[in-house]
Amino acid sequence: METSAFQKIYTKITQVTKATCSLKAEGIGYEEIARVNGRLAQVVKIQGDTVTLQIFSGTEGIPTNAEVVFMGKAPTIKVSDELAGRFFNAYGDPIDGGPAVEGKEVEIGGPSVNPVRRKQPSELIPTGIAGIDLNNTLVTGQKIPFFADPDQPFNQVMAMVALRAKADKIILGGMGLSNDDYLFFKNIFDNAGALDRIISFINTTENPPVERLLVPDMALTAAEYFAHEKHEKVLVLLTDMTLYADALSIVSNRMDQIPSKDSMPGSLYSDLAKIYEKAVQFPEGGSITIIAVTTLSGGDITHAIPDNTGYITEGQLFLRRDTDIGKVIVDPFRSLSRLKQLVIGKQTRKDHPQVMNAGIRLFADAANAKTKLENGFDLNDYDERTLKFAKDYSRELLAIDINIDIDSMLDTGWRLFAEHFTKAELGIKDELVEKYWPKN
Amino acid sequence: MATKGKVTGIIANLVIVEADGPVSQNEICYINLKGTDLMAEVIKIMGVKAYTQVFESTRGLKIGADVKFMGHMLEVTLGPGILSRNYDGLQNDLDKMKGVFLKRGEYTEAIDPEAEWDFTPIAKAGDKVEAGSWLGEVTEGWMPHKIMVPFKFSGNYTVKSVNSKGKYKSKDKIAVLTDEKGKDVEVTMMQKWPVKVPIKAYKEKPRPFKIMETGVRTMDTLNPLAEGGTGFIPGPFGCGKTVLQHAVSQQAEADMIIVTACGERANEVVEIFTEFPELEDPRTGRKLMERTTIICNTSNMPVAAREASVYTGMTIAEYYRAMGLKVLLLADSTSRWAQALREMSNRMEELPGPDAFPMDLPAIISNFYSRAGFVYLNNGQTGSITFLGTVSPAGGNLKEPVTESTKKAARCFYALNQDRADSKRYPAIDPIDSYSKYLEYPEIQEYLKKNISENWVEMVSLSKDILLRGREASEQINILGDDGVPIEYHERFWKAEVLDFVILQQDAFDNIDKSTPFERQEYMLERVLEIYHTKFDFKSFEEVNPFFKAIINLFKQMNYAEYKSEKFDGYLKQINEKINERKAV
Repeated sequence: METSAFQKIYTKITQVTKATCSLKAEGIGYEEIARVNGRLAQVVKIQGDTVTLQIFSGTEGIPTNAEVVFMGKAPTIKVSDELAGRFFNAYGDPIDGGPAVEGKEVEIGGPSVNPVRRKQPSELIPTGIAGIDLNNTLVTGQKIPFFADPDQPFNQVMAMVALRAKADKIILGGMGLSNDDYLFFKNIFDNAGALDRIISFINTTENPPVERLLVPDMALTAAEYFAHEKHEKVLVLLTDMTLYADALSIVSNRMDQIPSKDSMPGSLYSDLAKIYEKAVQFPEGGSITIIAVTTLSGGDITHAIPDNTGYITEGQLFLRRDTDIGKVIVDPFRSLSRLKQLVIGKQTRKDHPQVMNAGIRLFADAANAKTKLENGFDLNDYDERTLKFAKDYSRELLAIDINIDIDSMLDTGWRLFAEHFTKAELGIKDELVEKYWPKN
Repeated sequence: MATKGKVTGIIANLVIVEADGPVSQNEICYINLKGTDLMAEVIKIMGVKAYTQVFESTRGLKIGADVKFMGHMLEVTLGPGILSRNYDGLQNDLDKMKGVFLKRGEYTEAIDPEAEWDFTPIAKAGDKVEAGSWLGEVTEGWMPHKIMVPFKFSGNYTVKSVNSKGKYKSKDKIAVLTDEKGKDVEVTMMQKWPVKVPIKAYKEKPRPFKIMETGVRTMDTLNPLAEGGTGFIPGPFGCGKTVLQHAVSQQAEADMIIVTACGERANEVVEIFTEFPELEDPRTGRKLMERTTIICNTSNMPVAAREASVYTGMTIAEYYRAMGLKVLLLADSTSRWAQALREMSNRMEELPGPDAFPMDLPAIISNFYSRAGFVYLNNGQTGSITFLGTVSPAGGNLKEPVTESTKKAARCFYALNQDRADSKRYPAIDPIDSYSKYLEYPEIQEYLKKNISENWVEMVSLSKDILLRGREASEQINILGDDGVPIEYHERFWKAEVLDFVILQQDAFDNIDKSTPFERQEYMLERVLEIYHTKFDFKSFEEVNPFFKAIINLFKQMNYAEYKSEKFDGYLKQINEKINERKAV
């Protein structure tokens, strides 16, 4: 951004903290951006003639006579079809060596969709993974995170889901992404020949943490362009939202705000909701679906970040290693897709909801049997059968390397029920049992 | 002369305004941002500085912007035409807003001024009236909507004239009243009322003495909600809070439902928008939307308006209660409202209470809950507001300030249990931790005896004992092992399981099972208690599990069948045969 002639340059900073600086200035708008010695900054507080700026890349080396130029606008991004296939940093500047994108300049973090103008999400997103399609079906316009420990292959599963989801555009928002993971995404999308429908906004661990705060808004503003104006199906991948929230707490801490639970700012819920609620199904056909990653520490979902996320998103997906089969599975107990009710049994076969519930209930019985076994008790015949069922169910349906269509998942379910249980043990509606119980 | 002011400070949506005249606490003002007026509320005054919370984004706002103060608090507009509307937290009609995205500063009229209503007078010249007295009636959709003396009128009035039967617009004069000093005042069908002030146009508020039927068995049977009562549902995410609230909103026996979506997911509101115009109210055969008004401030809408949204909902409920209607008010979730209070308190740098919530949180919550209730109106008619709120405790921990404060205020507690949800035992209301204080009220016990059955109260308390003893038996079995306990422990456990599976668990997505009228609830509970009272003959614990599993399966089929249909009776016959096979002689 060039400095125009009429812009006033301020050179007298009165206060510098680790993330912010203050100066006396007039006619400044709230949330306006500025450059402080070339570094991008944003107005976070105005009190009388004193303006406080948050400098995204940190204040190291900022002198009191730094040049401050106000831009007269909030952070923006230029949107057009040229975005496709490109890689950008958190500010929306290209990092792939290509030219700057030309297009319509729009402010990021814009207004929300009027709820009465939304359409109810109703289009199933098949992924081929039974742990998702059968038990936690995804729908366009949904927002759902993976809750995962750092050692789990969430980025791999997310990339797989993204590629199978048949989206028109995939927008990757990487926050605090390690360089290795960045290259992983780049390669896997490239190998799939999908690079031309991918747009990436990347903040790696090498970049200053506060810059991350811009990434979701950049990604979602681009998504809104394609979904709303071009009526495209857009899938937004945000990884890792825990690092985003950490950046929020850094800023709030440096602005002397009183922290609430787990040192997070009191506004964490609203801050996260503003991002996730951009997921939407437009009546004209375009949609924004958000799949995010929230890393946990030691599986603790009561921490403020996963907790607030869980209240905002429409479900969550848990990955877990099942030692019985030696594979990673989608945990059927703790995973949930809230929007599945809109499609299962409606766009899929009638027996879908009941097969799903029966399978999970029997899997839960197996978990109880396992506890019994561990406590040194004898197992009865039913317990034995649930354990055998659980192993098959895990291997043939829950494992993340499964790639079959939903009808086959349901048929597999019935086959496993019939192999291990009687009809009465299922608790499924009689008419469905009549129809689908394997004949031989 | 209206007070004016200039902006002198901006911190997110807290804007500090220097005023040139008198300003009052909670007064509404409009801040001019490049020609757009942004609505704000005064929340603190220091000398000439008024601290205001802006109900919109303040992006681009500059120091020195003009502010005009309105001289009144945040008000809602009351009159015919509220029913079936979709409002935001400030009572803007969302359907009248243009464009896909919400534009800040776009305020729309809550009531269509051009709509005509068929008016029938109730009062006549010479009648003595006061605030809330019924002057006439229009038909709003299908509901009789009373036109009342505005609540702001104090003292006694005499009716001078009331318009004759005919079509009028909401702003037309429909009556002239004479006050005690002989001054005439005109009344229209529309009035305004500040949301934070309770409407008290009633004679007395007795203790609730009737049950509000919800069709949700675990609530109605075990812990019933009273008409005019209060309840709350705390629970970690993913436990089915919203599904449960939607079920109640669809099935509850109320004349009017107000759903306040407070800081929750937009798609959940869209679900109501999409389904309520289609779904039928089983009691009237009309569409659910015809008895519903939605106030929605979803989580991405401005935070300050979230606080307003629950008050807007309550004030509209009070307005309809004054017409003698049975109103059910739902708020999902009150925790988001508390968080909105916390954000503002934080920006004002107030000393924080527990978990950084403002110190007066318990007082704010109990004040709000106390606005619900059953009332006798001044004309002897009755009306009620039943309030059911959800709470989203951080980390699912019920020992947090919002849950604790609400527990002190609400009379019914429906604790959602993570373990129940994990094993898909929905609705996941914990039958042992949850309670309804109303069951202890003699007037409620009397009502249950009269309206359900003579020994209903005993049956309910027996059911609770069965569940508790079942849980104890299951703990014993887990500690000592299947063969380490007497067989009757297994029997005790499984009898509790029958009650759990047949009465407590309910399929909210099955057309028949989702709603159970009281008559059927009573019938089913009797059948389940029959099983409990039957002595069985088991030779080993291994026989217990398959026997009761089969019984449960048959009962479940019964729950899925039309009440007293051939199928229903057929399953009952099978159950009885099964019982007879094992009955101890």
